[in-house]
Amino acid sequence: MSDNNKWYSLNLGTLKKKSSCSCNSSSGGCSNHSKEKVEDNTTIPDGEHKDGFDQVFDVQMGRRTAFKKLTASLLIGAGAVSSSCSVIADEESKEKAQIDWDEQFKGNYKLMTDGEKKATVDRLVRSYQLRTGKTINMTSENAQEDVLFGYAFNISKCQGYMDCVNACVEENNQDRNSQMQYIRIHEMKDGKGFNFNEADDNYYHEVPAEGHFYMGTQCFHCDNPPCVEVCPVQATWREEDGLVVVDYDWCVGCRYCMAACPYDGRRFNWSAPEVPENEINKNQHYLGNRMRKKGVMEKCTFCVQRSRKGQNPACVEACPTGARIFGNLLDPNSTIRWVLENKKVFRLKEDLGTEPKFWYFMD
Amino acid sequence: MRRLKVLKNLITDSLDITTQGSKRYHLWMGFLTFVMLAGMYCYAQQIEHGLSVTGMTDRVSWGLYISNFTFLVGVAAAAVMLVMPTYVLKDIDFKQAVLIGEGLAVAALLMCLAFVVADMGGPSVLWHMIPVVGVFNFPNSMLTWDVIVLNGYLFINITIPFYILFTRYQGKVPNPKVYIPGAILSVFWAVGIHLVTAFLYQGLQARPFWNNALLGPRFLASAFAAGPALIILVLAVIRAYTAFKIEDKTIKKIATIVTVAAQINLIMLVSELFKEFYAPTHHSESAYYLFFGLHGKDALLPWIWTAIPLNVLATILLTFGKLRNNLKVLYFCCFILFVAIWIEKGFGLIVPGFIPGPYGKIAEYTPTGIEIGVTLGIWAMGAFIFTILAKTAIRIETGKLRFKK
Repeated sequence: MSDNNKWYSLNLGTLKKKSSCSCNSSSGGCSNHSKEKVEDNTTIPDGEHKDGFDQVFDVQMGRRTAFKKLTASLLIGAGAVSSSCSVIADEESKEKAQIDWDEQFKGNYKLMTDGEKKATVDRLVRSYQLRTGKTINMTSENAQEDVLFGYAFNISKCQGYMDCVNACVEENNQDRNSQMQYIRIHEMKDGKGFNFNEADDNYYHEVPAEGHFYMGTQCFHCDNPPCVEVCPVQATWREEDGLVVVDYDWCVGCRYCMAACPYDGRRFNWSAPEVPENEINKNQHYLGNRMRKKGVMEKCTFCVQRSRKGQNPACVEACPTGARIFGNLLDPNSTIRWVLENKKVFRLKEDLGTEPKFWYFMD
Repeated sequence: MRRLKVLKNLITDSLDITTQGSKRYHLWMGFLTFVMLAGMYCYAQQIEHGLSVTGMTDRVSWGLYISNFTFLVGVAAAAVMLVMPTYVLKDIDFKQAVLIGEGLAVAALLMCLAFVVADMGGPSVLWHMIPVVGVFNFPNSMLTWDVIVLNGYLFINITIPFYILFTRYQGKVPNPKVYIPGAILSVFWAVGIHLVTAFLYQGLQARPFWNNALLGPRFLASAFAAGPALIILVLAVIRAYTAFKIEDKTIKKIATIVTVAAQINLIMLVSELFKEFYAPTHHSESAYYLFFGLHGKDALLPWIWTAIPLNVLATILLTFGKLRNNLKVLYFCCFILFVAIWIEKGFGLIVPGFIPGPYGKIAEYTPTGIEIGVTLGIWAMGAFIFTILAKTAIRIETGKLRFKK
């Protein structure tokens, strides 16, 4: 952890991390390391997850000393992390408590160094493993250079099948109980133009319905996003590649961004989100589809866990009609650039000065 | 060292005072405690299950809590209407009222902060909002401005009365050179807290109902009507039940302030209605929803059509000096004006901002029992705090409570 933190940090357990083993190496070699390795073999399948394994190691090295302080302060601090209050609790629950403590007092992801980003991701992976026994794969991949993501929607092609909505929910681990959906498909009447007032965004009938056309909305990843300006704690921001993201762990849940968004692009976890264990998408990104908690904002991230790996977002891939086009606006050979240059494109509520990176067009 | 001893005595003395009193006083405090406990139970439910226990949804994401917050900022700001004539213009009439006004401001501010915290999805990470310790998005976010001005105003309104009471407690006369600068600062600050709170909404281009230049001034006008109206009612109660002397002249002066503010508020309301309904645009839909309902959805109609007649009636009655100077009529007017502005500036302002939604969706909002319970609990907390502050202040001001060496 760097010394010039912009936030308050307890630094528990990190001070002694490097020196607590005399060999000064973080991966094997001396007898201390190998002893710990044997312990961990019971919970982690060997070999496959080298990175996560190393991280678990680091946590354990500092824990001995950190825990003396931690248990004492928690005993006084009354049950912030209840399991750690027990001095005789087993190693796993102590580790869980240490992770919970570190997570509670970590900083804003936006201001983290790459090392800190990796550390928190590893903690989250380990925490999930301790709680469920399952392994997830989470990354903290940063924006690539010379990439600016944009999206185009072909109104002529969309038939309202809502495959994009379902794919989005599955990909992004959205709460199933409240049926949270990032994408809304508006069913509009022919001959009435783009009349959102008379459109239906919650239909349950066979599509395409006679005399109707369809138009999808979601977060438009504005270049001048009002939601980012109003956030009191900078828990939401615009990444270098144009994605507007949320740090779910930094959000205080004031919902000011929700009031500021002109495009209905943001969703709030009114209760603890629930996804059945077998339906959880385990390929996750810290800023994307990792599991959220109650009382925080979330939103479409153009599937950051996919798009930064060069894949299309789930909605684009799922669309059976090819109405959705996604790509790099800075790449002159991309499809999105072709659409912008050859079609008569428009954006919604342009008068607000938000500069959405989401265009509509017709064949 | 001596000061510390005095402070210790003051604290023990005020504890004595606030824990003793007539049967009626104990019943009142017991009642408030009961309501607060019920509110805490409701809040515990909310902590347990999340904000889903409230009536708020993704479509209407602010409700009863933020409505009350907005209204109470106005009540707090109104204390300035008493501070200015007393300390700055040296009008002695208000001197008795001003400590009560400042006590009311403290109680209102604490209620504001409680409402904001109750509205937060993650109260356990609220430390993210503390400057330096967390990440404070200043000056971009108006909410951070609000954090600063509200806490600053709270500080001013605690320190000035505390200094005055502390010196009085020792039988000395407060030094104007100490408290006058603070009083002048608080005058500007009070306008600031209310304008900043209005800008919180006014700055959102996404919500045309709020995004109009009249919102800030109208906030001020309605605050300076509702706040002093509440002060008149409180003074009436204090006059009836304590030895604290408040002259008719004082109450009548405050009544003039209420009248002028209510008149200005009404003019602004007319101006707003004219703009929305003379040449209605797409942006007038929220106003249509509020006053007439849209597509058969009309949950706010009973509220706003209670508020508007009450508002008009109170303003007309107050305008006639003869009626205004009749204390019974005055108290009645103050009460209905207070209720009218609470509706107008709470429910009538926050909820229609979200209806219709960004794409015209009309999803209505009704607060749940738990939400109402928390709200009542916070109001009870405010009344509780005010009662304690007022009881101690009155004892010191009337000279019954003095430091014994």
